[in-house]
Amino acid sequence: MSDVITTDAVIIGAGPCGLFAVFELGLVDVKCHVVDILDRPGGQCAELYPEKPIYDIPALPIVTGAELTSRLLEQIKPFGAEFHYNQMVTELIKHGDNDFELKTDGGLVFRSKVVVIEAGGGSFQPKKPPIPGIDSYEGTSVFYSVKKMEAFRGRDVLIVGGGDSALDWTINLQPIAKSMTLLHRRDDFRAAPDSVKKMRELVAEGKMQFRLGQVTGLKGEAGVLSAATVKGNDGATFDIATNTMLPFFGLTMKLGPVAEWGLNLHENLVPVDTAKFETSTPGVFAIGDINTYPGKLKLILSGFHEAALMAQQAFKYKNPGERLLFQYTTSSSSLQKKLGVN
Amino acid sequence: MAKITFIQHNGAEQTCDGSPGMSVMETAIKNMVPGIDADCGGACACATCHVYVEPEWVDKAGPRNPMEEDMLDFAFDVQDSSRLSCQIKVTDALDGLRVRVPAKQF
Repeated sequence: MSDVITTDAVIIGAGPCGLFAVFELGLVDVKCHVVDILDRPGGQCAELYPEKPIYDIPALPIVTGAELTSRLLEQIKPFGAEFHYNQMVTELIKHGDNDFELKTDGGLVFRSKVVVIEAGGGSFQPKKPPIPGIDSYEGTSVFYSVKKMEAFRGRDVLIVGGGDSALDWTINLQPIAKSMTLLHRRDDFRAAPDSVKKMRELVAEGKMQFRLGQVTGLKGEAGVLSAATVKGNDGATFDIATNTMLPFFGLTMKLGPVAEWGLNLHENLVPVDTAKFETSTPGVFAIGDINTYPGKLKLILSGFHEAALMAQQAFKYKNPGERLLFQYTTSSSSLQKKLGVN
Repeated sequence: MAKITFIQHNGAEQTCDGSPGMSVMETAIKNMVPGIDADCGGACACATCHVYVEPEWVDKAGPRNPMEEDMLDFAFDVQDSSRLSCQIKVTDALDGLRVRVPAKQF
């Protein structure tokens, strides 16, 4: 068992509004840990549109998702929040008023006074191709991620896809797999050119195969795959023998475990009030795209506002009975001290 | 105004009014056409607004752009007529456009 991490607030989601929540909570001395299922901060800004411009962030006429993320990280640096990536919060248990326990799929356990759900469109999870019968092979012959490379030693591996994940795992698993085949719908890749070059070298050396086509069916029994049926680009159908298939078709957003935490939900969104952005469970807040209220707009700037108001109530939960003095960062020496500028 | 018809996997058809300048994806979302998920909201970043353009409209709808071609790697059962509907702009010339929605985006 891991040690329990005790903190004031756990923010679920490192999207832009989760990052800004660190800032607003920091100003009122609420210490945070941030958990995200991705391997880096930014949420949709990092996963969906790092290179694409955003035009509606106040005072930034044009900014990319990646740049917005890095600017937010710079802005929240003084508050020393701790980040936990590649972790999905699976359980949220209320032990009492302002006493929550959170567990992640990676074995982390938190105990906090408040919880801020900033889960956007839900957690990013691998896309599962709708191949008939694929469910019955999942976890035995079909895998959507590589947790331990050793599990693939000596296997006849078929990797499907043409992005960085597909190419990286082709190269990394090839030395330990019994055989390696990469299947992609075209002879072009949206992956790092260096990885593509390495893959082509392996093919040239006869160490793996590259085939063109798309999987249409699976053959096997009792959860053990024997072959994938593939439609080639010329329309002809052929089989590729394999006992281990790894499809890499990117990520999609699923609401995920949030649905199981006893919160009121409305069409996969979490209803909140518009004064504190608190859910039906006092002490649990929801900000950003995941919440809903009359007039809700799914804009980053709306989430920033929600973070600021949420922080006021979070302060009250951390410091019962204490009055929070409203201050401006421009003029307050105590806020400036926290920001490390004074 | 251009009429755009979305054909579901089960054959059900829904004809919507598309305004020039909007995308075919936006037209679908505005009219709550099932099966167009559009996770990323039109940034050509998710491949969940995949459609098949009916043969007689393929030429008029135009070729895929390079970013769209890349993104289609993340779609399932890509065919010659596959497009991402966020990348098809509605024009008067597309009045009558017919597209098929896949059984599942993913």
